[in-house]
Amino acid sequence: METFIHQVIAGIATGGVYASLALALVMIYQSTHHINFAQGEIAMFATYMAWTLINAGVSYWLAFVCTILLAFALGVLIQRIIIQPVEKAPVLNVVVVFIGLLVILNSIAGWVFTYTIKSFPSPFPKEPPFGLHFISSHELGSIGVTLVLLVMLYGFFKFTPLGLAMRAAAQNPDSSRLVGIRVGWMLALGWGLAAAIGSVAGMMIAPVVFLEPNMMSGILLYAFAAALVGGIDSPGGAVLGGFIVGILENILGAYVIGTELKLSVALVLIIVVLTIKPAGLFGKVIVSRV
Amino acid sequence: MKKRQFALSALCLSILAFALPATAQKKYDTGASDTEIKIGQTMPYSGPASAYGTIGKVQAAYFKQLNEQGGVNGRKINFISLDDGYSPPKTVEMVRRLVEQDEVLLMMGTLGTPSNTAIHKYMNAKKVPHMFLATGASKWNDPQNFPWTIGFNPNYNSEGKLYGQHILATKPNAKIAVLVQNDDYGKDYFNGFKDGLGAKAASMIVAQASYEVTDPTIDSQIVTLKGSGADTFFNITTPKFAAQAIRKVDEVGWKPTHYLNQVSASVGSVLKPAGLDKAVGVISMLYVKEGADSRWDNDPTMKDFKALIKKYAPEVSPDDGNATYGYAVAQMMVHVLKQAGDNLTRENIMKQAANIKDFQVPMVLPGVLASTAPNDFALFQTMQLVKFDGKNWVEFGKPVSVR
Amino acid sequence: MSTSTASNPSTPLPWIRLVLGLIAACALPFFISNYHVFQASMVLTYAIALVGLNILIGYSGQISLGHGAFLAIGAYTSAILMDKVDMPYWMTIPIAAAICLAVGFLFGLPALRLEGHYLALATFALAVSLPQLLKFKHLEFLTGGVQGIVIMKPEPPWEMLFGLKLNSDRWLYFFTLAVTVVMFVIGWNLIRGRVGRALIAIRDQPIAAASMGINTPLYKSLAFGVSAMFTGVAGALSAILVAFVAPDSFTVFLSITLMVGMVIGGVTSLPGALYGAIFIQFIPNIADQISKAAPWAIYGVMLILFMYTMPTGIAGALRLIGQKIRPSPN
Repeated sequence: METFIHQVIAGIATGGVYASLALALVMIYQSTHHINFAQGEIAMFATYMAWTLINAGVSYWLAFVCTILLAFALGVLIQRIIIQPVEKAPVLNVVVVFIGLLVILNSIAGWVFTYTIKSFPSPFPKEPPFGLHFISSHELGSIGVTLVLLVMLYGFFKFTPLGLAMRAAAQNPDSSRLVGIRVGWMLALGWGLAAAIGSVAGMMIAPVVFLEPNMMSGILLYAFAAALVGGIDSPGGAVLGGFIVGILENILGAYVIGTELKLSVALVLIIVVLTIKPAGLFGKVIVSRV
Repeated sequence: MKKRQFALSALCLSILAFALPATAQKKYDTGASDTEIKIGQTMPYSGPASAYGTIGKVQAAYFKQLNEQGGVNGRKINFISLDDGYSPPKTVEMVRRLVEQDEVLLMMGTLGTPSNTAIHKYMNAKKVPHMFLATGASKWNDPQNFPWTIGFNPNYNSEGKLYGQHILATKPNAKIAVLVQNDDYGKDYFNGFKDGLGAKAASMIVAQASYEVTDPTIDSQIVTLKGSGADTFFNITTPKFAAQAIRKVDEVGWKPTHYLNQVSASVGSVLKPAGLDKAVGVISMLYVKEGADSRWDNDPTMKDFKALIKKYAPEVSPDDGNATYGYAVAQMMVHVLKQAGDNLTRENIMKQAANIKDFQVPMVLPGVLASTAPNDFALFQTMQLVKFDGKNWVEFGKPVSVR
Repeated sequence: MSTSTASNPSTPLPWIRLVLGLIAACALPFFISNYHVFQASMVLTYAIALVGLNILIGYSGQISLGHGAFLAIGAYTSAILMDKVDMPYWMTIPIAAAICLAVGFLFGLPALRLEGHYLALATFALAVSLPQLLKFKHLEFLTGGVQGIVIMKPEPPWEMLFGLKLNSDRWLYFFTLAVTVVMFVIGWNLIRGRVGRALIAIRDQPIAAASMGINTPLYKSLAFGVSAMFTGVAGALSAILVAFVAPDSFTVFLSITLMVGMVIGGVTSLPGALYGAIFIQFIPNIADQISKAAPWAIYGVMLILFMYTMPTGIAGALRLIGQKIRPSPN
């Protein structure tokens, strides 16, 4: 029984990792209606920027804040320079550009920082919370950070005029322009915010999985699945999706099918969920009348 | 007059006839000449195994410096190392290019079990030396059927067996848990381990879990293994996951006797990121010198190595186990080339490689000698068990002979 | 964009181009080294796979990020048959085709309920799970598990052909070329015929198509099956060429590469499949020569530049150039 609880809690911990990246995916989707495959690499790159700052002697929290700002700037730049020319292009072309971006960031990170793993510091204490061994303080703290981000994101989109403008720009760019929304800059803002969220995700993930250029590739698939299961336009759904995926994967691996096939079975289950509820558990179902 | 001219020319001709065979001792196959020796390699510089790319980088630096110092027997080494992204079809393509287009003399240190499996038949069919493979799979030691292939790493299977036998000898009632990477490398180690435990394997191994290289973490597996109540842990993982495992084992409050496979035993690239204090007591096997080991601070070859990478590959960390490994392989290669002298035919190079008699590769631990024979291509046949004390690996017991 | 290209089928020009192209393709292996012949054969297999992907994504409007899985199924079918049953290599191709057609169709049936991103995830999941299945220990007796399967490279049946020497590489090239021509003809007929028109109708106006009586679910699943069949044939051929299959040969990145190749070559274009195949085979090598330090960064930059300058792919760009040079009468 104890092991079962431990597996569930471990699942929540890894789920927190998926949830944080899933939030970045939701952010980019809500503001641009594209799923950015390069989101993981941007997060990874931002984490390397943090690592460089910390190695140069900057204190953790200062580096944390600087990285968020730098990531934001990077996101905006990428949108304005690289993505904007293909905004009107067919979806597949945009996907190829995303893939190009992914490969470029990964390759440059490998060239500049090499592929050897690096340890990344954690701001949370080293001792496990309450002396229990089920979860580390860092993992607990990361979940907390993810939840804070979730609340901020939810509030931003639901209650602020800027959030509303961004959602409008993504849903209906032409009408938005008519009411005076600067669509181009809304998209850039969306990219910037997604990159910033991604950087936080990266800085929370790196202490767990160790920093290296390929660190996000395994996580991106899970984050993608989590975001879809929860509903790609629902931040809360994405976070819940992350926890579900984490727990599901652990339980399947430990008790049902063994670790060799757990990923396949987890994905099959997710797809089954999606066939029953095509918009995800908490997504909005869009009904179009002909 | 004519008679004297005739005699003179006859004399000159006969002198030439004696002199020529002496200079005609030089024999070359494609890829070798008076000035150059072409060596080919494929290495995963991109993709999931890209951390091993350091090996190729260090070797390129080594040959570059060697060339500046005059090369081997006056010939420069033209080292062509291509990226195969750890994908076997790509390896086949790159190796065919190296052999058929770039016309290299031999291939050195190609990395990866699946990559090498893909080209195994080809290299032997083409009769091109397939040397010092960067993998420890047992199948490379088969001179009967594959006379052109010779490995470098001590056999994974034998290493696993060593740990199994050690447990039988020191802790015969142990309850063992195993974490295995789900690929050829992991399976090879695991099979050897089970062999080492013999008939008791089934009863002693109480839990096993596997993972994919694409998995983000192995936390769940460690939780399962701890939950089995095992008191001994065999950790068959590659560096990144080894570091995660060491850390997680400590985090969950599990204190087993911890055996770690040699591939991930680097202090610099695995134990330090995991946390040196968490790795105290871990048992492994060592055969190459470690950059982080203070014992070698004044060792001439270690000093050369550190100076080399500082100058030619500054992005490489001297603590990286892959770096010293690459250096050792390059040293072995140069030794074989030197032995071959001016007879740089592929056949002679394999002959030299098959007749290494107790050679101490400078970057390999003192006392661990390299030896081969025409019917046995396993280079390193003694292994040394080591235990981590929080700072360095410390040898314990005598080197064990393994087959 | 539509099935009818700018050329009028009654003019002889496109046929002359095709015949000349075929003659050049047949002559090629005798002028280049064996290594390049091998590369050319690989290009042909990618082209077949891209035709398959084109049928699904271009003409049928669905998406797949997991076609590498069908390459794997085709390759392993061929390898297992050759290794375990000693089947001659040419017989394995139609069997691989049939199996992939069935698997693709069966996958397409439930996958239809999903659209856009969700379908992308489902296909992605397929690509990710297949290597795990291939390594599964209970299937090891068949798949060789993590070790993979090594096959014997086929020898040519004749020593000489019309006075020119045939070796293994050249023979396999001709074999691959023949299969490629057959597959392209099948693809062409499908696209120009009822099936193609139905698929385009479903892609552009799904609701109107359904009201016109087109059995949408059936055609979409069929599209998936046919697309998988093409890719399976490509996989089987590549297994014979490389003479080795292993789970590591079929990563997620392969699926992504196929999709990239299709877009770059030109969606909804048969010649596009060939251009895309040439791109994915040779550009990584060229990128490696431009920059040893970060070759994939060069590759990524080229991807992005291609998308900026040639949004309709290479085939689309060539068509535009052709139109500019020779403005059509209408």
